[in-house]
Amino acid sequence: MNGRRPFVLYTAMAFGYAFLYLPILAVIVYSFNESRMVTVWGGFSTRWYGELLQNRQILDAAQRSLLIATVTASFAVAFGTLAGLALARFGRFRGRGVLGLVTSAPLVMPEVILGLSSLLLFVSLQGLIGWPERRGMTTITIAHITFCICYVTVIVRSRLVQMDQALEEAAMDLGARPWKVFFVITLPLIAPALIAGWLLAFTLSLDDLVVASFTSGPGSSTLPMLIYSKVKLGVTPEINALATIIIVLIATAVTIAGIVMHRSAARANR
Amino acid sequence: MSNARRPGYAEPWQDPAEEPFVRIEGVTKTYGKVYAVDDVSLDVFRGEFFSLLGGSGCGKSTLLRVLAGFEVPDRGRVLIDGVDMTRVPPYLRPVNMMFQSYALFPHMTVAENVAFGLKQDGLPKAAIADRVRQMLDLVRLGGLEKRKPDQLSGGQRQRVALARALAKQPKLLLLDEPLGALDKKLREHTQFELVNIQERVGTTFIMVTHDQEEAMTMSSRIAVMDAGRIVQVSTPSNLYEYPATRFVASFIGAVNIFNATVLSQDGDRVLARAHDLGIDVVARSGQPIPAGIDIGIAIRPEKIDVAEEAPTRADNVIDGKVVEIAYLGDVSIYHVETAGGAILRVQETHAARSADPHYNWGDRLYLVWNAADAAVLTS
Repeated sequence: MNGRRPFVLYTAMAFGYAFLYLPILAVIVYSFNESRMVTVWGGFSTRWYGELLQNRQILDAAQRSLLIATVTASFAVAFGTLAGLALARFGRFRGRGVLGLVTSAPLVMPEVILGLSSLLLFVSLQGLIGWPERRGMTTITIAHITFCICYVTVIVRSRLVQMDQALEEAAMDLGARPWKVFFVITLPLIAPALIAGWLLAFTLSLDDLVVASFTSGPGSSTLPMLIYSKVKLGVTPEINALATIIIVLIATAVTIAGIVMHRSAARANR
Repeated sequence: MSNARRPGYAEPWQDPAEEPFVRIEGVTKTYGKVYAVDDVSLDVFRGEFFSLLGGSGCGKSTLLRVLAGFEVPDRGRVLIDGVDMTRVPPYLRPVNMMFQSYALFPHMTVAENVAFGLKQDGLPKAAIADRVRQMLDLVRLGGLEKRKPDQLSGGQRQRVALARALAKQPKLLLLDEPLGALDKKLREHTQFELVNIQERVGTTFIMVTHDQEEAMTMSSRIAVMDAGRIVQVSTPSNLYEYPATRFVASFIGAVNIFNATVLSQDGDRVLARAHDLGIDVVARSGQPIPAGIDIGIAIRPEKIDVAEEAPTRADNVIDGKVVEIAYLGDVSIYHVETAGGAILRVQETHAARSADPHYNWGDRLYLVWNAADAAVLTS
């Protein structure tokens, strides 16, 4: 009995991991496939990486997506932190309940609705005040910031709720003015939450297909949009190579973030 | 007991010429419809170790936060050293607070924590370093400057919190349950250490606590609070020996309280019918009390003598049967049931060594006490 249980557990675990990671592994393996046929192994080669670097269309889309994701994450962290602070620290104020609801609703709202409503907003704004003149990177970024704020708000708020408010009171009691308290005490202590929020917003933006499709204009396709339209014509080894690069990049970022957060958590809990 | 520790201890509250250092005037603080602090007035004098004592939700912490500036009262004023501080924000008050959770900044070292307040004042680096060293010596933490709070024991953190709060030499130090997070042994030791430090620095301390023993050992005076109001302000010994109300009598120490109706008064001797005991008792009261009103009579367990024979001359005598015995080493506590069914708690001190109990379950004995030792409670 005792010897069987680990076997059952390990089998279940192996299936779980296989289910999650085999498809990704397959993508990575086939990105080094010599053959143009995605399902037939034709020997090891890096030729698709070479061709990828020649493909202006893909490189442009990637650059666009990275720029949108960076700007989105930075703005989302700034606004989301303010909203989180207001909800966790400003006591009761008029509209607190509404703010709490409004900042968490997009978490559960279907992306299609988010995309469509953003599109309607931009179209009617254009009709009313003539801005935005056309849809493109700006409108995508604004739409991304809008829903990413919610995630950052939730993360920052929960970190602030965990944090002993007496720390901020103690700083104020010792003569620090409210702004100083925020920068010297609050900000350093919620920094891990800000980093996590930034990375999450960055990933969400980089990954988003639906909202971007609604809010983009001609010549402003993001990387997910481009991949999606290419895959409709059949998966090419080039896409596999691109996916592999993205996986490696994100895995590296997540590992670094994990190490940073683990260290600061270990320090805080010791 | 606490006054005996302080040779030649002055009692500024007895001196009508003495100006109070902290003056709380009619402070009221409500949360919605709840009166957290209800029309509280209080004077605290320079150099006092003053305690606000009460159960949870009695308003003591809110009052402390009003003094620190974290809460603005709905009504009333707070004066510190003659200056109205009611609406002054916490960062401009000459007041520092030691928090119950200590609230040490986890991302700063011990030295940086202690230096934090001094830095806000813009002191030169050398002066800050000097003062930090001085404070850490005061709380015997020299050599731990570079440690982070998470590398310290509970007792060490408590001392860092004290050093940090005292570093700016505040006019008034507020302590919110300063010993609440320590274990019992460390707490007793720290009580005396805290009092010694207070005497050395001479700062006025106002402490919030729910622990009556802690308040008794450390304070010059205690304000007992209940439901947002102050019930009685007095020295520890006065509170214990002359409680003003049933609440104070039963909150501080163990006590027997019985209901009685006043029959007559002769000088300071009040004769009353104790309904629970079925006898008439004599108690002492300095105030005139009209016949016919209902009072409470409080007598401490250690002030009741136990006798096997009925005494010939005594103010109050009642006989009863031992129903419970608790042997505590230095003392024994007996619960004695009277003929009327009332149970009295009696304490006997073991002055001589003997392993045999003086009395056993079911023994009949006489309880005797002096009129002067029984307090009359009119509310």
